[in-house]
Amino acid sequence: MTDTHQTVSQERIYAPVADTPAGYVREDPAAHPPLHYPGYKSTALRHPREPLVYLPNTISEVTGPALGEVLPVTARDADLLAQHGGDPIGERITVSGRVFDTEGKPLRNTLVEVWQANAAGRYRHRMDRWPAPLDPNFSGAGRCLTDDEGRYRFLTLKPGPYPWGNHYNAWRPAHIHFSLLGRAFAQRLVTQMYFPGDPFFPYDPIFNSVADERARERMIARFSIHDTEPDWAAAYAFDIVLRGPAATIFEQPR
Amino acid sequence: MIFAPTPSQTVGPYFAIGLPWPEGPRVVPEGTPGAITIAGTVYDGAGEPVPDHLIETWQADPEGRFADLHGHGGRSSLPGFRGFARCGAEYGDGGFAIFTVKPGPVPDPAGGLQAPHVAVTVMARGMLNRCVTRIYFADEPVANDNDAALHRVPAHRRHTLLAEPDGDGAYRFDIRLQGDDETVFFSI
Ligand SMILES: [Fe+3]
Repeated sequence: MTDTHQTVSQERIYAPVADTPAGYVREDPAAHPPLHYPGYKSTALRHPREPLVYLPNTISEVTGPALGEVLPVTARDADLLAQHGGDPIGERITVSGRVFDTEGKPLRNTLVEVWQANAAGRYRHRMDRWPAPLDPNFSGAGRCLTDDEGRYRFLTLKPGPYPWGNHYNAWRPAHIHFSLLGRAFAQRLVTQMYFPGDPFFPYDPIFNSVADERARERMIARFSIHDTEPDWAAAYAFDIVLRGPAATIFEQPR
Repeated sequence: MIFAPTPSQTVGPYFAIGLPWPEGPRVVPEGTPGAITIAGTVYDGAGEPVPDHLIETWQADPEGRFADLHGHGGRSSLPGFRGFARCGAEYGDGGFAIFTVKPGPVPDPAGGLQAPHVAVTVMARGMLNRCVTRIYFADEPVANDNDAALHRVPAHRRHTLLAEPDGDGAYRFDIRLQGDDETVFFSI
């Protein structure tokens, strides 16, 4: 079987496709948290101790799923306020922005997924046992595809902060979880969007696991009066930047 | 304007309200000829199963074609082939299973061929960034011996990347985040 497959693959011409880079820039260690961060206790047993093995990008890393064609994504999926019979309780907001790569190229038609707690800081998840009220009109999950300019937009509620047991009186700042597929396996990113001026920032090891202050600021949305729904919803703007193409494929780590 | 990357953050314990979907673990539709299962358990550094992990996989079809946005290798001749799986354990027993087909060899950047493999993203509560690994197949010894990525891995650790045949189209691939027999993770 293997030999047959090899013959088939060798015969096919893998012409480079115009918009597929040969590789992506290495992840900038200063821009991301380490896998071992003692302040966040659960990292202790969940980080590799062996060094990562450097693997220059191959076709497997520069390609990625066209999930937007697989998952049914409807306008309703981007409106977290309208997924049930009634209005959920809380501060209505829009969260919108653009998805770029590090070269500034907008990523169109890419899947953006979000999940969050309700206005009281409670997730609709069976393991969230914090005794804050659930909201029968709020599930807290949404998805959308970016448009031709890389834009996405959600209508939702401002989530509440919540305690999480990492240490005495540990609270997460209010946040919305974001998942991005990008256009390549190499671009996959899961992050969290925070709100400006949150008083819990100095006490949160997850937020502060990103050592560089300017990098932390890139996780904080901006209040945007221009994006408000007049007389209906306040607005936050949050742009997301994924790794971009590398000019050169480096054989060795920089 | 500076386009600096957005930092990674943990997927946290509650991703299951947003990310998994019922068909997520299916790379190919049910009933696809030659379908295989790759199943395993994710373990932490204490050897305990990690019940709240999220696994995503990405691969070519048996002819080396990717179901991607760029159309590499042309359209897959496998109806419904999506190349991608997402498995959210959501407080089960730490296990995962994807329903797929064995990928074919694909080109490597030096002009050779890569052994059949599946690219894997591992995320979990307690992981501030994803970890990336690859599933290779223990029953492809010749192709594995000639694989450039496996050559980068110290020989005594290569077995952590091999899915072992488990009978009847099933393969077993456990992931150890830390400790004895720690899975090889790649920086890509
Ligand atoms: Fe959260």
